[in-house]
Amino acid sequence: MSRALQEFRGALRDPQRLQQLLGDREFPIVEGRSVTFVYRGPADQVLLQHWIHGLQAAQPFERIAPELWVLEIDLPEGSRLEYKLEIRTHGRRRLVNDPLNPKLAHNPFGSNSVVQGAGYEEPDWARRDPESRSGSLEELAIPSSAFGGERRVSVYVPARFHRRRRYPLLVAHDGHDYRRYSALQTVLDNLIDRLEIPPMIVALTDSPDRMREYAADPRHASFLVDDLLPALEDRYPLVEHPSGRGLMGASFGAVASLSAAWQRPGIYGKLLLQSGSFLFTDIGDHEGGPVFDPVVEFVRRFRESPGRPAERVYLSCGAYEGMIHYNRAMAALLQAQGIPLLFEEARDGHNWENWRDRLRSGLSWLFPGPLWMVYE
Amino acid sequence: MKRPTPARPIVLLGPQRREPRVRSVLEELGAEGPVAAVTAGWEELEEEIEELQAHLDRPVHHLRLWHRAEEAFEEDPDLYRILRERYDALRRLRSLYRLRLEYALAAVRRLQEQDPGDRLEDLLEAELESAFEEVRRLDREHLQRVEEVHREYDPRIRAAERPSLVRHRREIRGLLEESHALCLAGGHVAILLNRLRLFLDGFPDRLPLVAWSAGAMVLSERIVLFHDRPPQGPGNPEVLEPGLGLAPGLVLFPHARRRLILDEPLRVARLARRLQPACCLTLDRGSAVWLRGRAVQRQERVSVLQGDGSVLPAGTEEVKA
Repeated sequence: MSRALQEFRGALRDPQRLQQLLGDREFPIVEGRSVTFVYRGPADQVLLQHWIHGLQAAQPFERIAPELWVLEIDLPEGSRLEYKLEIRTHGRRRLVNDPLNPKLAHNPFGSNSVVQGAGYEEPDWARRDPESRSGSLEELAIPSSAFGGERRVSVYVPARFHRRRRYPLLVAHDGHDYRRYSALQTVLDNLIDRLEIPPMIVALTDSPDRMREYAADPRHASFLVDDLLPALEDRYPLVEHPSGRGLMGASFGAVASLSAAWQRPGIYGKLLLQSGSFLFTDIGDHEGGPVFDPVVEFVRRFRESPGRPAERVYLSCGAYEGMIHYNRAMAALLQAQGIPLLFEEARDGHNWENWRDRLRSGLSWLFPGPLWMVYE
Repeated sequence: MKRPTPARPIVLLGPQRREPRVRSVLEELGAEGPVAAVTAGWEELEEEIEELQAHLDRPVHHLRLWHRAEEAFEEDPDLYRILRERYDALRRLRSLYRLRLEYALAAVRRLQEQDPGDRLEDLLEAELESAFEEVRRLDREHLQRVEEVHREYDPRIRAAERPSLVRHRREIRGLLEESHALCLAGGHVAILLNRLRLFLDGFPDRLPLVAWSAGAMVLSERIVLFHDRPPQGPGNPEVLEPGLGLAPGLVLFPHARRRLILDEPLRVARLARRLQPACCLTLDRGSAVWLRGRAVQRQERVSVLQGDGSVLPAGTEEVKA
């Protein structure tokens, strides 16, 4: 039992002490690998809802006083866990963020509470640094022969942009979510300013129907190669070589990146793939539902004949995600092709802050900056 | 470049982007008229000197060495080809040096981490010193090989006679003659050094030099590349090339607080002992090292990396470089 829990139990008959314990500290209470969650309020049952693959999904709290609930879990060092509390009252259930925990992680669906395990540190390069020069965003409408109509793209242009310089290009799938929830623009500003990556042009793209278009849809590959790239090359001085072009994405965005590079090889030479939804099955049906059918079919074909979709690949996945086994298999497969690969596992789940925390490693692996040579 | 007589005042500064102090240094040097400026380390951004010009608040003869080189390459593809070949040779040399360096430094690291116990302290120290000497020998060898490469290519480059360079060199000499001081900005240290070698045979002896970051590094005897926290790779400091030798006995570390982990004594000792007998100086924001001849006259907000792993503020007393 954690020391915190012992203290709470010991103070049950001393309301003043209990009040003091509740007022004194940050929640949940992290003591080494032990994390103690506390909920105060009326309920019939309180459950910890999280998305850690391999742990019981809904973990029940113990009521230690009429309106005081506790739960202790084991969380390995360096972990980061997003969660909600499920409060059951009179047959109704509510999912809420932890009222005692101010730390929140935002995502396209709202927010989750966050517990940072012992040893986890939020990276300083993901926070706004007033000393870093800021890039800017330009809004473009790209006519698309692949999809018909136009696609809106925001383009990150680095600080001190200069027409005489040639810039690498990175296309970010779900680019606006990367910007909002993974601080992509801030990360780019900081890493460029710290010379860890070169100044680069980053196209933030989105899809109105990502579950379809990102699922290895050949029209998407055509959009990236035949529509987007020429439009950007017209407008910006870009490196005219696959080694200067990259695709990035998380989840289905990683599928979109890998499948496009595989369908149209030799154009985008670098891939940054995070928590790719690379579901496959060796025998029998998959469990992803109909939306995964084209993905599973793509991964099957890719595994049969991977070729060399890129010159260099960065792959990351949360060790607490259901996709971890598929990503480990993908890493082995890419490595077997002789593709320089950096594969990183994080003690985290399928979420935007996990993807944010890996950006420095991924971007600098694919696009090393002039750090070693430049002393401004 | 031939080495000029080092009798002029030279001031080495830390990064100037946030709290520039070049103007006050020039004032103290009594350089009141126009100054020459080299910003070739900024590469394509070389000509964006508005901020620098505003800070200096006096006429600036911008030498435009990066752009002059681009013009020369366009006019003279043979020059470009030779420099490209030399670049490839140096790069290959550097990758081989890195291979050996990794193992030599790993040996130092392992020995530093040994617990000597009471009786083995002398023995361990002797082994450690030998391991350091091995790294020093490797660094010396590398510098010699780099010099050999330059000796091989210089007669092919013929910078003083090559028509594509001669006009620029003449113009640059003229601009320097009209200048009261020369300012050398930081940036890409290898490009800066390369452009200086291409266009200058040295600096006029009377000309005070004010150099910051990479600009200061190129004036030293040995240019050492360093970063303790690179996102990729082992972060082993490495010698790049001999510098112009105007700050003898000093190895300079701009942005040290950001790039070096100064609170790890073993790491600091590894760097300082390896580079002995040179004196390792940090150049951070606000730092200044005032030199005249071979002597350091004054140091402000400068720290010295010591062989025992400590980092001490440099005194204001005169220190023989």
